[in-house]
Amino acid sequence: MTSLPARVEKKLGLVIDLDICVGCHACVVICKEWNTGSVGAPLADVDAYGEEPSGAWLNRIHTFEISPPNAPAQIVHFPKSCLHCDDAPCVTVCPTGASYKRSEDGIVLVDESMCIGCGLCAWACPYGAREMDPVEKVMKKCTLCVDRIYNENLQEIDRVPACVRTCPANARHFGDFSDPQSPVSRMVADRGGFDLMPEMATRPVNKYLPPRAKTCTGQGGEQIPVTAGFLGWLDRALDRLG
Amino acid sequence: MNGVAAGKPQRIDTSPHVSDEIRHTTCYMCACRCGINVHIRDGKIRYIEGNRDHPVNRGVLCAKGSAGIMQQESPAKLRKPLLRTGERGEGKFREIEWEEALALATRWLAEVRNNDPKKLAFFTGRDQSQSLTGWWAQQFGTPNFAAHGGFCSVNMAAAGIYTFGGAFWEFGASDWERTEMFMIFGVAEDHDSNPIKLGLSRLKARGKKIVAVNPVRTGYNAIADEWVGITPGTDGLFILSIIHVLLKAGKIDLDYLLRYTNAAWLVCDEPEANDHGLFLRDAEGNALIADRTTGKVVSRKEKGVRPALQGRHVTPTGRTGVPVFELLARKYDDPRYSPEDTQGQTGIPAAQTRRLAMEIAQAAFEREVVIDQPWTDMNGERHEKMVGRPVSFHAMRGISAHSNGFQTARALHLLQILIGSIDAPGGFRFKPPYPRPVSAQPKPHGRKACAGEPLPGPHLGFPEGPEDLLLEADGVTPVRIDKAFSWDAPLSAHGLMHMVISNAHARDPYGIDVLFMYMANMAWNSSMNTTAVMKMLTDKDDSGQYVIPKFIYSDAYASETVAFADLVLPDTTYLERHDAISLLDRPISEPDAICDAIRWPVLEPDRDVRGFQSVLLDLGARLKLPAMVKEDGSPRYKYYADYIIRHERRPGIGPLAGWRGENGEKSGRGDANPGQLQAYISNGGFFREHVPPEAAFFKHANLHWQDFAIKTGLQDKHHENVFQLYLEPLRKFQLAAEGKAEPQPPHTHRQRIIDCFDPLPAWYPPFEGQMANEEQYPLHAITQRPAAMYHSWGSHNAWLRQIHGHNAMHVPACVCDELGLGDGDWADVISPHGRIRVQVKRMEAVNPKTLWSWNAIGKRSGAWTLDANAPEARKGFLLNHLISELLPEQSDGLRWSNSDPITGQAAWFDLKVRIEKSATQGEETLPQFSAQQNPVPTRKGDVAYGREWEK
Amino acid sequence: MHPAISVIFFTVISGAGFGGIFWIGAGLADGASTPLRLAAMFLAGGMAIAGLLSSTLHLGHPERAWRAFSQWRSSWLSREGVLAIACLSAFGFHALLWLTGYPGIFIAGWLAGLLALTTVFATAMIYAQLRTVPLWNQWLTPAVYLGFSLSSGFLLVAAFSPPTTFLGWPLAIAAVLLLCIAWSLKASWRMNGRCKTLETRGSDIGSATGLGALGKVRLLERPHTGENYLTREMVHKIGRKHAAKLEMLAVFLGLVGAGLVCLAVWALALPNGFLAIAFLLQIAGLFFERWLFFAEAKHSVSLYYD
Repeated sequence: MTSLPARVEKKLGLVIDLDICVGCHACVVICKEWNTGSVGAPLADVDAYGEEPSGAWLNRIHTFEISPPNAPAQIVHFPKSCLHCDDAPCVTVCPTGASYKRSEDGIVLVDESMCIGCGLCAWACPYGAREMDPVEKVMKKCTLCVDRIYNENLQEIDRVPACVRTCPANARHFGDFSDPQSPVSRMVADRGGFDLMPEMATRPVNKYLPPRAKTCTGQGGEQIPVTAGFLGWLDRALDRLG
Repeated sequence: MNGVAAGKPQRIDTSPHVSDEIRHTTCYMCACRCGINVHIRDGKIRYIEGNRDHPVNRGVLCAKGSAGIMQQESPAKLRKPLLRTGERGEGKFREIEWEEALALATRWLAEVRNNDPKKLAFFTGRDQSQSLTGWWAQQFGTPNFAAHGGFCSVNMAAAGIYTFGGAFWEFGASDWERTEMFMIFGVAEDHDSNPIKLGLSRLKARGKKIVAVNPVRTGYNAIADEWVGITPGTDGLFILSIIHVLLKAGKIDLDYLLRYTNAAWLVCDEPEANDHGLFLRDAEGNALIADRTTGKVVSRKEKGVRPALQGRHVTPTGRTGVPVFELLARKYDDPRYSPEDTQGQTGIPAAQTRRLAMEIAQAAFEREVVIDQPWTDMNGERHEKMVGRPVSFHAMRGISAHSNGFQTARALHLLQILIGSIDAPGGFRFKPPYPRPVSAQPKPHGRKACAGEPLPGPHLGFPEGPEDLLLEADGVTPVRIDKAFSWDAPLSAHGLMHMVISNAHARDPYGIDVLFMYMANMAWNSSMNTTAVMKMLTDKDDSGQYVIPKFIYSDAYASETVAFADLVLPDTTYLERHDAISLLDRPISEPDAICDAIRWPVLEPDRDVRGFQSVLLDLGARLKLPAMVKEDGSPRYKYYADYIIRHERRPGIGPLAGWRGENGEKSGRGDANPGQLQAYISNGGFFREHVPPEAAFFKHANLHWQDFAIKTGLQDKHHENVFQLYLEPLRKFQLAAEGKAEPQPPHTHRQRIIDCFDPLPAWYPPFEGQMANEEQYPLHAITQRPAAMYHSWGSHNAWLRQIHGHNAMHVPACVCDELGLGDGDWADVISPHGRIRVQVKRMEAVNPKTLWSWNAIGKRSGAWTLDANAPEARKGFLLNHLISELLPEQSDGLRWSNSDPITGQAAWFDLKVRIEKSATQGEETLPQFSAQQNPVPTRKGDVAYGREWEK
Repeated sequence: MHPAISVIFFTVISGAGFGGIFWIGAGLADGASTPLRLAAMFLAGGMAIAGLLSSTLHLGHPERAWRAFSQWRSSWLSREGVLAIACLSAFGFHALLWLTGYPGIFIAGWLAGLLALTTVFATAMIYAQLRTVPLWNQWLTPAVYLGFSLSSGFLLVAAFSPPTTFLGWPLAIAAVLLLCIAWSLKASWRMNGRCKTLETRGSDIGSATGLGALGKVRLLERPHTGENYLTREMVHKIGRKHAAKLEMLAVFLGLVGAGLVCLAVWALALPNGFLAIAFLLQIAGLFFERWLFFAEAKHSVSLYYD
C-alpha cells in the first residue's frame, strides 16, 4: 500500500555535520560498494570504461561555495542521500505499491520486484534522492542500510549504515529521531540542525548541522605585547629558569 | 501498529547473509596503508571495509579504499609478460612466458653488472617495499637507486630529520587528544589521509581551533575554523613572520631550548677563519657553550652549567663564538620579517599574522598540558610530570614542492621547537622508530661501485658536509645518474627520480644501458614536462638505437608508461600479493605504539602475473647476487613471503617485528619464525606493541624510550638527539662555496649555495618566480590532490572515474572578471615552458593569484584501457605540460634543475603562468596525443557488480 | 524536465483520443453514416489506446504495468490507469450497444465520455500534484489538459460528422471557439506559471542546502563530473530563444493554423472532412506545446545542480 503509515514506531535517520565533512567521498563509495552486492539489483554503471561513464549511486557529495557579505568565500561539502521523509511524496505517487515507508522504523524503501520503473517517485522527490538503475531499470534509493542495521550476521557495533561506519571525519551519525533524548536528537537540538527545503512540506527525518562560524581571514584582534629589548628580556627570563 | 508485530510479511530480508569469510590485509589504494577487512563471498570480494582494530584507520576507510573492488575488476590489469614489438610508445607487444622474460632481463642486467653496474638505473616509484628494492640494488652494485620521494616530499622529510630527527606523516603526528590549536599547511588530501581526518574530527569534537594555510579553501581547508589563503611559495616567510612576532614578545620556551636544542652552542664568529660559522668544539669534538654566570666556555657535556644564549664568548684556546640563539634572535628580529613587511608577498594581512602568533602563544603558554607521568631524561634527571605546549602542526607537499621548500620546512620545524611542542603533550609526537637524528642515519653510498660487487651500504642517506657527497675523484662529477648527493642537490636524501630520464637521455653525467622501473608513471603524470619525457624515451641516436637502450618496467596495470617499455613484468594487484609494511622501510606506527603490517594474497590472480618483489628475488638469484643465493648457488629465498619471514637485516631483526622467535614469543628482536605470517593474518594483518607510558613523550631525550627502542630492535644503542636550530652541515657547504673547505663546488654553483644554504631557516623567492617575468606570468598554478583519486591509479576504476572523470581549471573570480572568463569557457594557460588549453571554473575561495586544478585526472588517450575518447583524455589535463625539469636558460646558458637546491625536491609548485581566453572555443583540452594501443583487451559496456547475490 | 517523446506522444494523442470519446459519447457523431461513425470511434479509441501503449514505453518494466492498477487510492498515475481502462470498457460497451442496436447507448456514451474526461484529468494531476515542479503544480494544469483534449477531440470527431450544428453553432465555428478556449487556458496557465516558480515558492539554492543564511550560495562542483539519471531526467536546460521559437510554432500550428482551416471550412462551406487538416495542425502544435511543457518545467533538483 503506498499510503504513508499513520504513525511510525521509530524515526531512523542520519545527521550530517556540514562543519566536519571534508568532501572525501568515502561515504559515497562505500554506499555503492555495500549496496551493489546487497539485496536487490546491483548498482550498475553503464559505459564504465567508455566515453560517458554513468551509474546509479545512492549518496552523492556536492560542493558549494558560499560568499558571505563581509568575509571571504568558503566551501561547504554537502553529502546528500534519501532523507526518509515523514511525508514522503515519493511513496504516495507510486502507482504499484513498490515504494513504501515502513511503520516500524520509518525507512522508505522500494520493493524492486514491484517497481515498473516509471520514474514518478524520482520526480516527486525534491532532493534527487532516487536514481533509476541504468541496467535493471528499477528505482534505487538509500535503504538506510536496512540490511545492516538489523543484520544478525554482523557484529552489533557494525549494525549501522555503511556510510556512518566508514566516515573518516565522523560527519555522519545514525539514530532514532523519535526519541528526543537520543544522541542524534540532542545533536540536532544543540547545534541547530535543519531540514532541507522545509517549504516542500516533506518533513525530512535526516537533519543537517550547519558549519560553525569561521574566523575571518584578515581579522585582527588582541595582539601580543612586544618585549622591549629582547635580549635584555632573555637574561631575565633565563634567570627565572635558574 | 508495528508492521512486523501485526503479522505483515517483511518485504525485505533485513538480516541477509553477508560474506563467507573476512580476510584482513592492508590497503594500497594510496600510500596511507589502512587496515582493511576484505569480505569474501563465493570466492569473490563481497565488499571492503576498514579494520576497526587497525592502528592507522581504526575502522574508517576512504573512497579509494572502498573502490578496491573496481581496482581488482579493472580491465587494465596486465595479464602476462610483454615484449615490445612495435616502436616505443605505440603500445605494441607480444605476450611471452615468464621464463623468457626473466632470462632476457637477466641477460640484460648481468651484462651491465659485469661491465659497469652504474649503467643500471633502478627507480621504484610508489614502491612500499623499499627496504627490499634498495637492498637488491645495493647487492647489484649500482649507485642508481631511489624511489619517488624526490618528486614528492623530500624537503619535508629531510628538513625534519636534519632538524629534529622526525617529520610529519610516517615520522610523527599531532597529539590529537591534547592539542589546543592545530595548523595545517599545504595539504588538500594527504598520504596520511584517514588519520588526519580522524584527527580533525577529534579536534572538532573537542572544540579546538583548526587553522588551514593553503591557497585553496577546499577539503580540510574548508572545514578549518580559519583559512589563511597564502600565495604559493611564501609559507616560509609567513612562518618566519610568526617567529618574528613570538620572539619580539618573548613567547618562546627557553627551558625547552636549553634542554633539547643547540641554542646555546657557540658558533665561530671569526669572519676570516676557515671555520667561521661552524660550531666551536673541544678536542673530543663536543660543541662548546658559555656559562652566563661565570663567562667560562666549556663543553656542552659539562654538568651544572648555566648556558648563555647571547654574547660573544672566547674559548680557552682563544676562539670567539656567539650562541646560536643570539644569531637566531638577531636574524628574525629584522623588520623584513615583520608581518607588515611580509604581507605584500604572502598576501596575508599583518593583523592576521599577529593575531595568529598571539593565539599560538596563548595556546602554548597559557593552556599548557600536564600529564602526571614521571620520566627520566638522557642525563638521568627525573621529571615528575610531562608538561606540554599544546600547539601542533602538519604540513606536506604544498610547502615542500618548492625550490625554497627545505628552508620553509625548516622554518616550520623551528617554530615548533621555539614554542617547545616537539614530542611534548599536545604538540607534535614522534612515531616509532622515530626520532632518528642524522647521527643515527646512514650516509649515502655509491662512490665505490665496482663491477660485480655489492655497494658497501645503502644508497640513500644524510650527508653532513661536502665530504659525504657522491662525487667522482674530480670532486665535481656526480656519481649518480640523478645527480643526487652532488653539488646540484647535496642533501637529496630521497634521490631525484624526476631527473633520471632526462639525465640519461642527455648522457649527463653518463649514459645508461638499462632503465628498470617499478610503479612509476614517468611517461605521464609522474614527470615534469611529460611531452619531453615521452620524446626522451623514444629518441634514437645515430646508430638507430634508443638513447636509453633498454627499459624494463613492472606495473600491475596498463599505464601510459607501459607503452614505452621494452620488457614488461606484470605485477599482481594489492589483493593478490605479499608485502611487508616494515619498520625497516616506511612504517605505520602510531605515537603510542610500534606497528607494522603485511599484505597477503586474499585473492588468487586469475592471470599469469607475479608479485614484483618475488620477481626481483628471482632475478637476484639468477644474477647470483651474493645475499640472494646460497653457497651452492641456489636461490636463498623462494619468493617474497619466504624472504619476509627469513631475511635478517641485522641479527634478529627482520622485515617484520611481530611474532619473532621460533614460537612467535618475541617482539622486535628474535629469530625467524616460520609461522610469522600466519600470526599476522590471525591478528588482523598487523602487529602492535604499545610504548610504555613513561616513554610516550620527549622521546628525543627520554631514557625509557631509548631503552625500549633498543629492546624492541628499533636501534642498537642510545642516540643523542639535539635539535638543530642552526644546521651546521649547510654552513659547511657554504664554506666550500666560499672556497674555504674541500671539496669545492664548481664556480657556477657557488653563489647559489652561499645564498640558499643558510644554516638558520631562511626564505628566498622560488626560483621560477624569480626568473619568469612577473608581468608575463603573474599567476601561480598548482594542483590539489583529490580525496577520491590517487594519482593515475584510480583512472581505470569504474567508480572513481565517475567522480573525477575530467578536471577544470579553477580561476579566481577577480581574474575571471578581468579577462571575461566564465564557467565552461576554454582558456589557454601559458608558462615559460608550454601552453595548455583547459576549461575554466570560476572560484572565489582561493588565493587571488592562484589557479588550481585536481591532480593527475587527465590521461593519455587510449591508456588504462579506457576509450580513446574518454573524458579523462578529451577534457582532462595535466599541469605537468607547463612544468619543466629545468629552469629557463640563464645569461650564461646554464639551465638549473627546477628543484630545491639543497635536496633536489622537484619544485612543481613554483609554476608561474598567465591565462588567456582561447581564440577558438573548442571541445578538447590541449595538448592531445595520439591514442596509444592497449596491451590488454579493453572492455566495453556495463558493470553490474554483485548480480549473483541479487535476491 | 526531460521531454521524453513517449510521454509527449502519450499525453497529446491519448488526450485527443479521450476527447474524441467524450464527444462521441456526447452524441456529436450521431448523425454520421455508420462507416464514418465507426471510423471516428475506431480512431478515438485507437488513439487513446496507442497513447497509453506509448506511455508504457518509458517504463523500465512494461511487463509489470498491470501492477499500476493497484494504488488508485493514493496515486494519480494508478488512478489514470484504472480510469483509462474503465473508460475504454465503457466506450467498448457503448460501441457494442450501438452496433447491436440495443437501447441504453445514450447512457453508456455519456458514461464513457465522463470517464474519458476524468482520465485526462488524472493524467494532468500526475503533473499538477508535484510540488517539486511549481510550473505544473497549479490548478490550471488539468484545465489546460482538458481544454486541449476537448478541442482536439472535437476536431477529430467533427471531421467525421455531417454538416450539422453543435448547440446552434456550425461545427467549424464551435471548433474555433473550443480552440480559443483551450489556448486561452494555456495562456492563463503560462501567465499564472510566471509566479509559480521555485523562487516564489521559497525554494532556492539557499533553502535546498540550508546554507542561504550564510551568504550567496553557488555550486562549485557537481558530485560526479559526468551526467547522471537526475541531471538527464530533471536538470534539462533549454535556451530562452529556442523556447520562444517553439512556442511560436505551437501557437502558429495549433491555434492559428488549425483555426484558419476551420474558418475556411465554414466560410467556403467545405465538407467537415476538411476539419481533419485542422486536427492534424492542432496535434502538430500540441507536440511542440507538450515538449515545452516538459522542457521548460524546472524541478527543485536542479537547485543542486545549477
